[in-house]
Amino acid sequence: MLHIVNKSPLERNAFDGALRMAKPGSTILLIEDAVYAVTKGNKAEGQLKEAMKNCSVCALWPDLEARGMQDTVIDGIKQVDYNGFVDLVAESKSVMSWL
Amino acid sequence: MSESTGGIEMEEDMSGTVKKFAFINRKAPYGTIYALESLEVVLISAAFDQDVSLVFADDGVYQLKKGQATKAVGMKNFSPTYRALEGYDIEKLYVEKESMEARGLTADDLIVDVEVLDAAEMAALLEEQDVVLSF
Repeated sequence: MLHIVNKSPLERNAFDGALRMAKPGSTILLIEDAVYAVTKGNKAEGQLKEAMKNCSVCALWPDLEARGMQDTVIDGIKQVDYNGFVDLVAESKSVMSWL
Repeated sequence: MSESTGGIEMEEDMSGTVKKFAFINRKAPYGTIYALESLEVVLISAAFDQDVSLVFADDGVYQLKKGQATKAVGMKNFSPTYRALEGYDIEKLYVEKESMEARGLTADDLIVDVEVLDAAEMAALLEEQDVVLSF
């Protein structure tokens, strides 16, 4: 299953919810303001690294770049573009958007 | 007089009144329209010669992050505008220390010079304002 989050982890609890309810083996894709979750020094870093043990965590790089956060991404995060986004959706059995 | 102004009493000496305005920015750029809208209102306010302060707290701190490049998302990069504020005599920019640190940022990561205030100092700043506008 693919979980998509688009809100900053420090503003809303969507990120917390997705991490809590994602089954091991699922994929978590962070887009828009949620990309701040994969940046070094963010309060969510520990939580994110914990999730990376069981899930594949991806971030949309155009959103990282727009926000000037492209050089501060945590190691091990898979960065995808819009085509990669479509591929993730296509290869997932189901998708949940954490609005 | 009040008839022509829709019942509102106009004060004759309003032109000389300078009030303290604070614009509070608490949202990240691009994900929502708040940051850009705030900037528009701030620029308008500059035309009225008021005492304007800009506060960046919570995710609003991200508005000032250096190195924003929006070509791939197809949106306007408005971050250079913060550097132009000085030219409009808007020189009081404050960032909340706690918010900045929770995001792994330091003052060196920001596109403009700011004054970093802790939460208690920020509280004092807000207390002395006449008008507080939140975005």
